[in-house]
Amino acid sequence: MKPIPAPITIYVPRDSAAISLGADDVAIAIAAEAARLGVAIHLVRNSSRGLFWLEPLVEVATEAGRIGYGPVQPEDVASLFVAGLGNAHALNIGVVDELPYLKTQERLTFARAGITDPVSLDDYLAHGGYRGLKNALAMAPEAIVAAVTESGLRGRGGAAFPAGIKWKTVLGAEGAQKYIVCNADEGDSGTYADRMVCEGDPFLLIEGMTIAGLAVGATRGYIYLRCEYPYGQRALEEAIASAYASGWLGANIQGSAKRFDLEVRMGAGAYICGEETSLLESLEGKRGMVRFKPPLPAIKGLFGCPTVINNVITLASVPVILDKGAECYKHFGVGRSRGTLPVQLAGNVKFGGLVEKAFGVTLRDLLYTYGGGTLSGKPIRAVQVGGPLGSYIPESQFDLPLDYEAFARLNNMVGHGGITVFDSSVDMAEQARFSMEFCATESCGKCTPCRIGSTRGMEVIDKLVAGDQPVKQEALLRDLCDTMLAGSLCALGGMAPFPVLSALNHFPEDFRPQPEMLEKAS
Amino acid sequence: MSTSTFERKPPIKLAELSSLSPAELAAVNGVLAKLKDAPGALLPVLHGIQDALGFVPKDAVPIVAKAMNLSRAEVHGVISFYHWYRTEKPGEHVIHLCRAEACQAVGGRALEQHVKTTLGIDFHETTADGRYTLEPAYCLGNCAVGPSLLIDMELKGRVTPARFDRLTGVVA
Repeated sequence: MKPIPAPITIYVPRDSAAISLGADDVAIAIAAEAARLGVAIHLVRNSSRGLFWLEPLVEVATEAGRIGYGPVQPEDVASLFVAGLGNAHALNIGVVDELPYLKTQERLTFARAGITDPVSLDDYLAHGGYRGLKNALAMAPEAIVAAVTESGLRGRGGAAFPAGIKWKTVLGAEGAQKYIVCNADEGDSGTYADRMVCEGDPFLLIEGMTIAGLAVGATRGYIYLRCEYPYGQRALEEAIASAYASGWLGANIQGSAKRFDLEVRMGAGAYICGEETSLLESLEGKRGMVRFKPPLPAIKGLFGCPTVINNVITLASVPVILDKGAECYKHFGVGRSRGTLPVQLAGNVKFGGLVEKAFGVTLRDLLYTYGGGTLSGKPIRAVQVGGPLGSYIPESQFDLPLDYEAFARLNNMVGHGGITVFDSSVDMAEQARFSMEFCATESCGKCTPCRIGSTRGMEVIDKLVAGDQPVKQEALLRDLCDTMLAGSLCALGGMAPFPVLSALNHFPEDFRPQPEMLEKAS
Repeated sequence: MSTSTFERKPPIKLAELSSLSPAELAAVNGVLAKLKDAPGALLPVLHGIQDALGFVPKDAVPIVAKAMNLSRAEVHGVISFYHWYRTEKPGEHVIHLCRAEACQAVGGRALEQHVKTTLGIDFHETTADGRYTLEPAYCLGNCAVGPSLLIDMELKGRVTPARFDRLTGVVA
């Protein structure tokens, strides 16, 4: 009798970016081909490694490690089986862990990216999951807060406020009910790290929020997820149900008598709800109008109660800090920017993907060593870092190290770590106008500089580009930006001028009227 | 006219005034019964209605308001604040096309023009045959492989004009 061969484990990501390029069809094709050939396989829908130019990236478990094939289309599947799974093939990229793009990263938060099945609790536990929470359950709240403070972790959503200080305020605040709110309203273009955690490692976020609850004495948490992320919603809800079923959420976490309840709430397409006070209004069932500060959310947050509100990546960085220790986390980074940042390479970039590196790596390194330049092959003209409110950075500043303070000194911002690459065909005046248009569309309308300034900004840029008294218009535009910067209630109006002014300062030639415009004007 | 000035009009029954079909009314009431008592429940309630019906009918507003002890203005205010909610019945398929920077960097603007021209509609509009509704989105989190769109909540990346035509079958 012939021995029955062990099934071959094949991985096809369930990350939405992979699905957007055909991963579901590839998975179906693999299952069908295996059935047709009578080959025993174990098909795992894993998370994405974040090497998006290779998606759909199919991996086959072999003795040498996981061999990757990418990008795979359904029509390639038959030939993969013909070549023999794990053998040479035109799409074979070798052992995935050995790819320099991955090997040279410092993946702390994204340690499991692409490796595990996101909704499998067993997989999570087998790959270091819940070790941080186990430690936290044995610690006093003050000690958990001290560890987070000591690690130097700062808010990864963009504002970079020290997480430990925020937590300490909530711990010290009086209140019968306290809340942990996760800001998963990742509206910034060029960023997708939050999405990858929600879809690809939801237990990590659940663990981070549970630790935050233990640290400050909050028994209830909400994940405010943008409705543009339906795949993330499904993964989170599945993981939350599984965490409840196995005692990692609920009234008695792992027999500790500690309680933490968690639910996902969906946003409704308003960018402004990524601003923390607007998000809290929205969670309360209201229009997402920005609140005045003070009072800080840490004192009077959700439903008037003390609230920790942190971004996904901030909360997802907590388990590793509690697992490996604050010292270990702090060891990464430079200056006051400690730990790692999951950088997201986006836009016109050849090798777009997630690069988690310790702070201090230069933009040039990220753009060329990792990104490989533009997708189009034309030179990089500008990169926008930190989302739609981040400045456009020219080549002359590419040696800037990734560091909150170094970026801020040049009026740039690290933000959420998204880097959108533009090639030489970009019209920077058009980009500047879009920044104002976006601000006008998404303004909550509470303060005048943002609500009206953004519309006036579009008009002034139109006149400037049309050559209608350009010297006057430029002065007017700068004056308007100054008003918005200084007079807006929150970062939307208060930062929308950054992309506008950076475009104007670094690429003034794009704002000069084109010859045909001048003819029309005369 | 013998009606006394003191005679009170009978209370308005919302269901009688409503243009909602019995099925729509049942859907709205079903969502309310399930969700209305959660803290800050208005957004989940509106999502529930839109998920069930494809939109939030104007006549659902007074029903939601009454059930949740809110004013109609408050409910209307929330519906109109958030881009996601729509008060008109959408087409058979809803397309959310990303307009944000990362997609712009890889041809998003040209795709936007192509989509509008091909479908013959602008954003927030539905084609005359009722097949497609086009909505703008500001980022779908697919920024490394744009331009991107959601079609009936399924994400598609690297959408060239040709791929758009294949996805929709608008152009044979």
